[in-house]
Amino acid sequence: MAEHRAWIEGIGIWAPTLPDWPAACMAWRGGALPPGPGARLPAPGELPPAERRRAPASVALALEAARQAVTASGRPGHELLSVFTSAHGDQPVIDQLCQTLAEQPLLVSPTRFIHSIHNAASGAWSQVHACHRGSTAISAGEHSFAHGLLEALVQCTSQRSPVLLVAFDTAAAGPLAQLVPARAPMAVALVLAAEPLQTEALALDWQVDAGRPAPPTPVHHPVSAALAEHGMAAALPLLEVLAGARPGPVGLPLDPRLTLSLRLQPSASTCHPGG
Amino acid sequence: MPSTPTPTHVSAITVTSAIGPGMRALAEAMKTGRSGLQPLDERPLGQHPPLARLPTWVGRVEGLDTPLPPTWQPWDCRNHRLAWQALQGDGFTAAVQAVVERHGPGRVALVLGTSTSSIGATEDAYRGLAQGEPFPSGKAATRLYSLHALAHFVRAVLGLGGVTQTVSTACTSSAKAFCTAERLLRLDLADAVVVGGADSLCASVLFGFHALQLVSPEPCRPFDRRRQGINLGEAAGFALLERGPGPLQLLGWGESSDAHHMSAPHPQGLGAEQALDQALASAGLDADAIDFVHLHGTATPQNDEVEAALLLRRFSQHTHAASTKGMTGHTLGAAGILGTAFCLQALQTGWMPGTVQTTDPDPAFGGRIALTPRQTEVRVAACHAFGFGGTNCVLLWGRDPAGTAEDADHG
Repeated sequence: MAEHRAWIEGIGIWAPTLPDWPAACMAWRGGALPPGPGARLPAPGELPPAERRRAPASVALALEAARQAVTASGRPGHELLSVFTSAHGDQPVIDQLCQTLAEQPLLVSPTRFIHSIHNAASGAWSQVHACHRGSTAISAGEHSFAHGLLEALVQCTSQRSPVLLVAFDTAAAGPLAQLVPARAPMAVALVLAAEPLQTEALALDWQVDAGRPAPPTPVHHPVSAALAEHGMAAALPLLEVLAGARPGPVGLPLDPRLTLSLRLQPSASTCHPGG
Repeated sequence: MPSTPTPTHVSAITVTSAIGPGMRALAEAMKTGRSGLQPLDERPLGQHPPLARLPTWVGRVEGLDTPLPPTWQPWDCRNHRLAWQALQGDGFTAAVQAVVERHGPGRVALVLGTSTSSIGATEDAYRGLAQGEPFPSGKAATRLYSLHALAHFVRAVLGLGGVTQTVSTACTSSAKAFCTAERLLRLDLADAVVVGGADSLCASVLFGFHALQLVSPEPCRPFDRRRQGINLGEAAGFALLERGPGPLQLLGWGESSDAHHMSAPHPQGLGAEQALDQALASAGLDADAIDFVHLHGTATPQNDEVEAALLLRRFSQHTHAASTKGMTGHTLGAAGILGTAFCLQALQTGWMPGTVQTTDPDPAFGGRIALTPRQTEVRVAACHAFGFGGTNCVLLWGRDPAGTAEDADHG
């Protein structure tokens, strides 16, 4: 299939031990995560006070990574299309909702119900930036990162527009932890553009290929290994390359027989955008 | 800057909802104004009887008490039974098989919209746990108790191998799935896309909407002076979208965000109007060209007011405008595919639905809501879908506009 090109103009990340993209670059290049128990998720300062207090983990996580990527891109948030992807949505909220439904369904909290919708972060982000452009929220099981990136690249290429991608998963909570692998939250955000604003934007050539991804997609780097049980861990092979820890190309499985093939031009030897 | 869709058309469609399985049931109910709403009773929706009763009406699909055939047993839950029921209708599966044979499974994509997918199964697991039963575990369970479960299941049933995505944007989910599908075809990432969605009745949505005080205690009355909120409904539907012009063509689409509130529409309908404008621009049409608009029309006081204001502001007097929520209930993530089924039926037969259950239309809406079905020539039909999170989507369906191709070039 034909190869397309998009430009990466901003990168954001949040995990308890990786508060931003520069810290992540340093970790991947230095070979170890920063020591310590890690940070607490920052409150989404961009939301109005009442909503900030009530914002669930998924929204805080997604907004923090998005904030970093949009700032680094230099683009006004309201100009961006957006794609939010998550395998499991907000696990603490879904756990609490199902718990209440199993015991006293008439006591379901209206706020919790609203927060359980998969596009809660998408809606909150649109409000923060007064962005009226299209925003979507998708899921694709264990391949949610690759599909989110594909959807963002497809929108960027077909609509010739900058697109914000936000990929996030909270830690599993309650009994669902038996079924959901994430043991810690992580969010990754990219601003992708069809025409780059900045000279330091990274060109990303992409195509969908039939067949299994080529090696070396498996995670070998010690930092990636340490993050392997975080949400959105499927993003790690691409992050390693973006951080300059190893050269590309990267093949992200979209399912067992389809691969999203990615090549950075030139390969990321310096840790930007935003890093 | 509106994007120009590549010509794509629906070559097969099927739906199931409270008015019955298949397009024939939909066509008959549309002509006669038959409603499928019924009082919410004590029959279980999953493995357990309801813990509390809600005084409301629902658009319940009958025939979902039978488990899936043995081959599909690991996928068994209400939402997949609903999807399975829909897949049996209208020769849809055979049409997909023909396309798979023509292009190969890897070139047939799947984009499904759902707001809650199989969460009813998760609710059952929590109820079971409270009664001392073990919580599910293992690989198969990981797939079933997931938002992507519906797409995973339908992909397996249809034998598809292309790009497979779940769109979950509340009540615009299956409408936005068509936008995603058109983009995949435009970039040649697929030769055909199965588009649709399914949402089934479950405790989350019944008690969640109840907590928001949006559930009507009587059959819902869209745009009625005495409207009191929604009736929840369930539906599944699938369409086969292929490249090229055709009699059931996706002429344009628009997607926008209110950027206003998580659960209330923008008071001036700003996002909804932007989605409409985008859809019209991408189709190269004026609002006057729309013969039929399938309104979102949920019957909540605020949603109907905002949508009726948009109708009065932008649509021509000749446009037949109706909501079908009084027939099917509000089917949430499936509303877009169900609305599309009504639009395509109108294009094929000229029959457009009335706004069933509504007897005393709100005088503020200027008599613009069609209460009874009507038959006339329908060339362009619009499908509205708006949802929580401030998400908006408008789809424009019509016959191959080959005769106006020169005009489209100027758009």
